[in-house]
Amino acid sequence: MLYREAGDFKTSYIEDNQTFPIAFDRYRYYAILAISFLILPFLVNDYFVNAILAPFLIYSIAAIGLNILTGYCGQVSLGTGGFMAVGAYSCYKLMTAFPDVSIVIHIIIAGGITAVIGAVFGLPSLRIKGFYLAVATLAAQFFLVWLFNRVSWFYNYSASGQINAPERTVFTIPVTGPNVEPWAMYMICLIFAFVSAVIARNLTRGALGRTWMAIRDMDIAAEIIGVNPLKAKLSAFAISSFFVGISGALFFAVYLGAAEAGDSFGIQKSFIVLFMIIIGGLGSIFGSFAGAALLVVLPVILKLIGADFLGWPTGLVAHIQLVIVGLLIILFLVLEPHGLAQLWRIAKEKLRLWPFPH
Amino acid sequence: MNKTDVNKGSDDYSVRSVVMEMKNITLRFGGVVAIKEISFDILEGEIRAIIGPNGAGKSSMLNVISGFYSPQEGEIWFRGEKRPWLKPYQVARQGIARTFQNIALFEGMSVLDNVMTGRLTHMNSNIFSQALWKGQSEREEVENRDHAERVIDFLEIQHIRKTPVSRLPYGLKKRVELARALVSEPSLLLLDEPMAGMNVEEKEDMSRFILDVNDEFGTTIALIEHDMGVVMDLSDRVVVMDYGRKIGDGAPDEVRNNQDVIDAYLGVSHD
Repeated sequence: MLYREAGDFKTSYIEDNQTFPIAFDRYRYYAILAISFLILPFLVNDYFVNAILAPFLIYSIAAIGLNILTGYCGQVSLGTGGFMAVGAYSCYKLMTAFPDVSIVIHIIIAGGITAVIGAVFGLPSLRIKGFYLAVATLAAQFFLVWLFNRVSWFYNYSASGQINAPERTVFTIPVTGPNVEPWAMYMICLIFAFVSAVIARNLTRGALGRTWMAIRDMDIAAEIIGVNPLKAKLSAFAISSFFVGISGALFFAVYLGAAEAGDSFGIQKSFIVLFMIIIGGLGSIFGSFAGAALLVVLPVILKLIGADFLGWPTGLVAHIQLVIVGLLIILFLVLEPHGLAQLWRIAKEKLRLWPFPH
Repeated sequence: MNKTDVNKGSDDYSVRSVVMEMKNITLRFGGVVAIKEISFDILEGEIRAIIGPNGAGKSSMLNVISGFYSPQEGEIWFRGEKRPWLKPYQVARQGIARTFQNIALFEGMSVLDNVMTGRLTHMNSNIFSQALWKGQSEREEVENRDHAERVIDFLEIQHIRKTPVSRLPYGLKKRVELARALVSEPSLLLLDEPMAGMNVEEKEDMSRFILDVNDEFGTTIALIEHDMGVVMDLSDRVVVMDYGRKIGDGAPDEVRNNQDVIDAYLGVSHD
């Protein structure tokens, strides 16, 4: 009753190919966009942006990136943290080397650099699969972090070994550095997340996405219908790393302001993004957002309930959080391998029939 | 779908042009000789069957044609040119499509997406066009969707086009796989046991589709099949293999009466 597609006829393939073929979905999507672009920027405060919205949006971009590689192309990667570091450090080098160029362009180029690095580290995927590939990407993770700590050129020979984002502006509004307004931080993250999601969605529903999914589902059959596995896998690595690089650049330049490769982009980052797409849903753009939202909001809620409301020690709350995340991952892997996105799909199927059972 | 029925309808096989010719193919796996000095040709617009007992090397032969195996000796001539050693995806781009003995569909995708993957060789818009879903990529989506829908129509699978492949029964999966191979408009279609594991009704449906494909699109078909009745009814010419050798070649009736074939394949009568 609430949610129906009856009477919603498609008369062209273009209409049938759109992202939200059902009218109700489309209006809901427009409503969410309107709220996030037109209303939220005026409501947000410093805590809300720093604790929830900015990390949620930035992690969403990273999750979209990893989802393209793991969810759509079936190549497991544990190198996300390392690739985020590539994005962050290349953004830093660009910001300091070309101070007059817009930060937006720097972030996009940082994504491009990460794409190249990602494709290079994707080369082993042509020979190895699954578990072994995961270990190979783990090598990328450790190598990249080691490289950024070791070679002082990357952090401009600063004494602390940290990289610090200088102040940069977009239309005279500072978006990096110490004077960032919360809404500006929110808006730049939102715009990047929105554009990334649209691009990722277009790529995954088109020819390239079918190439990736063909490789994921059965690589031999993919090859027999004319998919070049080299091109398919490397393009997945490159495009995935592009998004991960952008999220790394945003994470450092906009969100943290100062970063150190080992602390900010360690193996935990790789795992948390992987958890996001497992819980959110492999092979789904919506799932990337859902997983990121859950894993960002969960610690905040736990802290509110546990530490602030019940008065437990913060150490205990942090451990409870680990337990819950671990439990969630096991439950999702066993009960619903396609994650929150699949639960959402099932809910929609049910809603189409509601209130009648059949 | 363009009709390429050049020379089609002529029963005189000397008139038809040769699509593919295998010359003295020998394939070894270590010490095992899977195929030994086999030569045969496939003519434009015919249905060519390859039969033989288990382990005769039929599937290996198909894998040689589609580029999975590279034979140690021998030459493959495709459309009058000697084919160099190609990777399977390059063979596909030459216009050779195939199905598998065990269904090799993309289980995580819908029927429509599976069929659309068959059009990938016809889609070459650049990544920026695809990222924006504008210009060439959108045009290609619509054009190729049109091709896909025609094949979906032809094989009567319209009602399941948005269903995930993993939910389909076996017979329909086989049909979707045929659709995926067919949609690329191949000049040579290889079918590896298209009727394996089917009941009589499904076999009849599949036979009808194979004949229709051959008839309406003029597609040249090479198939492997165990069901002798089906093979004899469908095919124009038959190659018989046994232990990697060719023991018979010709029209179904000739092959049926060939003493070697009867001994090797149909078995010697014991009563």
